[in-house]
Amino acid sequence: MYDTPNTERTVTRNETKFSARKVQVYYGDTHAIKDVDVDIEDKTVTAFIGPSGCGKSTFLRCLNRMNDTIDVCRVEGDILLDGQDIYDKKVDPVQLRAKVGMVFQKPNPFPKSIYDNIAYGPRIHGLAKNKAELDEIVEKSLRRGAIWNEVKDRLHAPGTGLSGGQQQRLCIARAVATEPEVLLMDEPCSALDPIATSQVEELIDELRTNYSVIIVTHSMQQAARVSQKTAFFHLGNLVEFGETGQIFTNPKDERTESYITGRIG
Amino acid sequence: MPLLWLILIVLAIAVAGYVLGRQRALASAGGDSRGLHSLPSYYGSNVAIKAIVPAFLLLVAWLLIQPIYVGNTISGMIPESSVKEGSSLGLVMAEVRRAANGLDAAVAQGLMTDDEARNLRADFTDVTQRLRDAGSIVTSEVTQPILRAAQRYRIMNDTGNLIMTIAVLILAVLGFLYGLRESRAEFRARNVVEHSVRAILVGAASIAILTTIGIVLSLVFNTIEFFRLYPAADFFLGTNWAPSFSGRGGSSDLGVLPLLWGTFYISIVALAVAVPIGLFAAIYLSEYASPRIRAFAKPMLEVLAGIPTIVYGLFALLTVGPLLLKVFGDNGLDWMQSGTAVMTAGLVMGIMLIPFVSSLSDDIINSVPQAMRDGSYGLGATKSETIKQVVLPAALPGIVGAILLAASRAIGETMIVVLGAGAAARLSLNPFEAMTTVTAKIVSQLTGDADFASPEALVAFALGMTLFVITLCLNIFALYIVRKYREQYE
Ligand SMILES: Nc1ncnc2c1ncn2[C@@H]1O[C@H](COP(=O)(O)OP(=O)(O)O)[C@@H](O)[C@H]1O
Ligand SMILES: [Mg+2]
Repeated sequence: MYDTPNTERTVTRNETKFSARKVQVYYGDTHAIKDVDVDIEDKTVTAFIGPSGCGKSTFLRCLNRMNDTIDVCRVEGDILLDGQDIYDKKVDPVQLRAKVGMVFQKPNPFPKSIYDNIAYGPRIHGLAKNKAELDEIVEKSLRRGAIWNEVKDRLHAPGTGLSGGQQQRLCIARAVATEPEVLLMDEPCSALDPIATSQVEELIDELRTNYSVIIVTHSMQQAARVSQKTAFFHLGNLVEFGETGQIFTNPKDERTESYITGRIG
Repeated sequence: MPLLWLILIVLAIAVAGYVLGRQRALASAGGDSRGLHSLPSYYGSNVAIKAIVPAFLLLVAWLLIQPIYVGNTISGMIPESSVKEGSSLGLVMAEVRRAANGLDAAVAQGLMTDDEARNLRADFTDVTQRLRDAGSIVTSEVTQPILRAAQRYRIMNDTGNLIMTIAVLILAVLGFLYGLRESRAEFRARNVVEHSVRAILVGAASIAILTTIGIVLSLVFNTIEFFRLYPAADFFLGTNWAPSFSGRGGSSDLGVLPLLWGTFYISIVALAVAVPIGLFAAIYLSEYASPRIRAFAKPMLEVLAGIPTIVYGLFALLTVGPLLLKVFGDNGLDWMQSGTAVMTAGLVMGIMLIPFVSSLSDDIINSVPQAMRDGSYGLGATKSETIKQVVLPAALPGIVGAILLAASRAIGETMIVVLGAGAAARLSLNPFEAMTTVTAKIVSQLTGDADFASPEALVAFALGMTLFVITLCLNIFALYIVRKYREQYE
């Protein structure tokens, strides 16, 4: 029914990147995330699956404090990144977001040139000392984003003029350019056609060598194809979390089983 | 029969037509509305439309044409000799009309029989006095030719109105009968109604467009008339504005440059005030303010937009002018002679434009997709970095459009200038001197008893035309930019 999960799936334990304990999220009176405990490993692709509205995006946005930009949102509990509480007063959310990059559902390149899109983060954070270094960062990021060959001749054309799949890879390259340690992706392929989707999936698999990647997806096939770990959310609860192969072939919770066999969704 | 009655009768015919048409159509389908092509009410509407539309079109056309026709016939009757030296046929015609109205009033008050009104002779009775007694405003002695013309005028109008009433009623009845005959089951009444609705909408749109064209044409013709009396080159290139007030003296200097300069100078001061403040206010309201502050502050700003400009003018004259004078006047820096100056008008006009700039910019900033901001925050940018580097560049074309629209309002503003900037047309760089603008001079050229055919009065049209062309270009340019910007995110 699903593509065969990666055979050479790493079973070796990587060190923990994020560790969340008793996380609660409220939007005003709505209790959107309830008591979530999870450990997310470095150099691993972790997939969040679950029916719409179950809180996948909400939880993802807790990890780089993007929820701070929503007035009614309140987060409780502990989320540690490399052992450091990211909701601590000492942590600057702006700095945190440079470390925990984010790619959104709809490709959202800025209405600037391709070059300026990529250079945006490095310029803000002062990562390049001069123009040559910036050029180098831009090229490296575009290569990481697997889009260099397509855009190297038109770096100064507007980023909004690219196709949907190219735009999404540009956004990934843009996130990579600030040298993050973790990449959060919220349904990065839902606005893309199948070919662009498989390009982005390939890219995600490559990114695993350098980053911890967390991807929210609606497609269980996609979760099975790209991830090593899968978390299943339902009505704000983290129902089950484990090896992707195990979740898809031998789920422990019956809600997980109902979801992956298509009975709830 | 008064017009109102005629209209009411036609409407009554239409209502009867609606009811009967509906019934007849239903009857033709044996009382079962499913056997009809259209819903029963459409058959009723069809009859009503056929009764009303042709009748009202005839009515409107008649009302437009009759005065012209009668006017022409009567003015043909007036002998050359009764047009006095220094007067014109137009003035005599106005007198005829007044006399005719006087006769009407006298008959209505029972001071004259209708027969008398038709046959009176000015040489035998004191008509003028009797008309005055009836309360009409007769300026000069009513002479026999004028009285004859007035009597003829009344008779022609009476007959015209009678024929019109009959014709309109006949047409309404004919339309009614025709519509009723059509009301059979297979008739496509629904389509007729559809076409009529469309015709009504087209009609409304055409009236809007035609009046605009009419206004522009009247501007154009009067401007051409002005340029016949005054050389265009002197108007556009002249640096001196000194109209003579003697009425018909040809010694006026009517150069538009000082006025244009005043207009632009004051507008620039106004924009220098309004653009930064309005824009920053918009950024604060759309990006930083909490919903509670926003819900309170936005209406407050919009109240500012609702203040009539004359109130701003008073504010300029009574508050801002004296205040500036205190700082920059004799006792202060000694740059300013009086409270009315470019600075006064510019500052106040800038305040007037703040809500205009801020509410347009606010809309534009809000229409920058949230995804852009999220993208920037997600890269670790702060709020102000995001605004400066992502939101504003994305909104820039729209903001430029808003500024241009504000500029065209500044250029067209009158009351603040009249009260705040003084009346002296002057080419000067000192913002503390009094200057004046195109609009303010249009007002001053037309108030007073200038003869409307003199260049001193007609120049108002040329000024209006100049202003119109400038603001039109600004508006078109602004709309073009704003529209181009809209497409970017759709
Ligand atoms: N900005 C917001 N304000 C209020 N409620 C929200 C907001 N965003 C999400 N929610 C609510 O939180 C719950 C989880 O939403 P979300 O995390 O977007 O779900 P998912 O991404 O799994 O589809 C939903 O019930 C949703 O209505
Ligand atoms: Mg979501």
